[in-house]
Amino acid sequence: MSVARSPASAAGGDQRPADPASEAPPPAVVIDARAGGDSLAELWDHRELLYFLVWRDVKLRYKQTALGALWAILQPLMMTAVFYVLFGRLAALEQRVPGVPYAVYALAGLLPWTFFSNAVAASSASLVGGAQLITKVYFPRLVIPLAAVGAALVDLVVAVPVLLVLLLASGRMPPPTAVLTPLAVVGLALAASGVGLALSALTVRYRDFRHVVPFMLQVWLFLTPVIYPVTLVPARWRLLIYLNPVAGLVDAFRSALLGTPLEPSGVALSLAVSLVLLAAAVLYFRRVERDFADVV
Amino acid sequence: MTYTAVQVSGLSKQYRIGATGPAYRTFREAIVERARGALRRPLSAPIAPSIWALRDVSFAVEAGEVVGVIGRNGAGKSTLLKVLSRITRPTEGRVEVRGRVASLLEVGTGFHSELTGRENVFLNAAILGMKRAEIVRKFDDIVAFAEVAPFVDTPVKHYSSGMYLRLAFAVAAHLDPHVLLLDEVLAVGDAAFQKKCLGKMGEVARSGRTVLFVSHNLAAVRALCKQCVYLETGRVRAVGPTEEVLDLYARSGAMRAAVRWTREGEAAVASGPRITGVELVGLTQPLVRVDQPLRVAVDYVLDAPGPAIPGLHFLNSDGTILFSSADWSLDALAAGAHRGVCEVPPFLLPAGAITVEPYLYDSSRPGTNELARDWVRDALTFEVEDSAWVEATRRRWLRPWPGMVRPKLPWSRPA
Repeated sequence: MSVARSPASAAGGDQRPADPASEAPPPAVVIDARAGGDSLAELWDHRELLYFLVWRDVKLRYKQTALGALWAILQPLMMTAVFYVLFGRLAALEQRVPGVPYAVYALAGLLPWTFFSNAVAASSASLVGGAQLITKVYFPRLVIPLAAVGAALVDLVVAVPVLLVLLLASGRMPPPTAVLTPLAVVGLALAASGVGLALSALTVRYRDFRHVVPFMLQVWLFLTPVIYPVTLVPARWRLLIYLNPVAGLVDAFRSALLGTPLEPSGVALSLAVSLVLLAAAVLYFRRVERDFADVV
Repeated sequence: MTYTAVQVSGLSKQYRIGATGPAYRTFREAIVERARGALRRPLSAPIAPSIWALRDVSFAVEAGEVVGVIGRNGAGKSTLLKVLSRITRPTEGRVEVRGRVASLLEVGTGFHSELTGRENVFLNAAILGMKRAEIVRKFDDIVAFAEVAPFVDTPVKHYSSGMYLRLAFAVAAHLDPHVLLLDEVLAVGDAAFQKKCLGKMGEVARSGRTVLFVSHNLAAVRALCKQCVYLETGRVRAVGPTEEVLDLYARSGAMRAAVRWTREGEAAVASGPRITGVELVGLTQPLVRVDQPLRVAVDYVLDAPGPAIPGLHFLNSDGTILFSSADWSLDALAAGAHRGVCEVPPFLLPAGAITVEPYLYDSSRPGTNELARDWVRDALTFEVEDSAWVEATRRRWLRPWPGMVRPKLPWSRPA
């Protein structure tokens, strides 16, 4: 070991001739004061960790609760019951819903919404909740909020069969478009990741967001055509509705499974907004992620 | 194959310390600050109090070297490892690290008490950077090393703290990086386990891996490391062969000889249960004779009522804990400042330099591997003096008396 040379000479003076018979030195990683995060290749390198964290979240949730996986289904089912009485019956939305019973229609909207809402809530809180990890181990921080989205996704997958059973019970077959449902789910996951990543990074910095997020999600539900059809909104406002990334994607999910009418331009707009949001969130996240350990 | 595995050049790390303690801000504060900044920037930039945890640190480690990092509490050792392991970013300077890095700043990171031993091994190993296939391959070795095979499918909340630590260390010991960064992980567990860890570390050290080893345990540093970096208040004080550096460390008053130590600076304004000082009661200089009783006082503060048990480690100059004592009579305490006094009887401490480390134990969380809510390393050091004229314990023996403790035991001659 030696006391180091100055940074200037260290940069250029490190290429000593390698012994051809020996193993080449492994490539160097440079750590410096720049703020940017790690390359996305590194995130790919840690995909197994992402898988393990999702697996941990799911496992723990089902281990610590008596009803386990049932919760994934009960939450949207109970909300459906409430909205069925409130809107289907009292507000007589039943007649405005095209082609399917209101309960099925509402559940087909509430499932993707519950996924989005749980994913955003969990990933927003994930970095602060994972402070113990962040201050002790290095890995791309993106893994933590993404794992929270992944765990919510598992719940959605568990709950979808219930919707199918309900649909069959009402005497209908799922249309052939049902095979496209995974595409809508991918879109929703992108939207949830974008919102979740941004909020998780903001929560590290400003703890206020812990109070903002639940409230925001509540309002968001009613701004999204989940429990009511988008046709209730006057036509000239409709594009505005689809600026909300969840709106078009929930519509797409429901339409794929139930064959309800769909506005393709709306879906495209929502998807585009989701992608822009995700890109912006990733940029912001990577700009601040190297300081999480000092702040969290 | 010789190359520089770790090249640290002009590395500095600055921490902003708010007078309010937590580093995060509320949104309102941030907005107010921005607004103020925009209005007054030309006049007075707000000067946030800050400290340099590392200042212009440079050194290099050749591949295959095992290097000890020593220094007092607050010298920047842990910050250095955090920067090297990319947990936090430096303020200035740069580091080049060649090869796969694994850092071990804590044993059992990510362990969850509800999960079984098997599940925790997979999770923890993945967090530390192992691939799934690698974990599968090493799983049996890990469990065998930890000696927990019969309980591998039991949730770790039912483990004894010894089993928990063994399992956690076993995972870490099976990491296979080019560069290993280790912080104090040997300071856990009972003596037998520490010995096993030390043995494993020695194995790692001889296997040609590059290791940076931060420790207060000078005996361990001496046993494992040929080279040492000695940090003092964030700067490199010395770099070189272990014996020379440890010598300098011992001579440079790094052992803080004093009768009183009080916490100052950043940590003094922190929140949470904390130690505020430690004192040798009634002494005017840091010197006691082996035949004198000694009273050591621990001062600590609780912000809220709660369980907290003050204790003291007594260490010799190698950093070995000779014994530890805590006030187990306490249950829950009121908020505010408290003092606990520990009486050390005569004829217990051996001659030589003794270091006192006060800690606060959280009795509400038994079984976790976090022994202490607060633990001040190297708080103060005093000298225990022995001589042939002290009591009639070793009348005509003028050379140093061996032994980790210095008891005076009764002898008799049965007729």
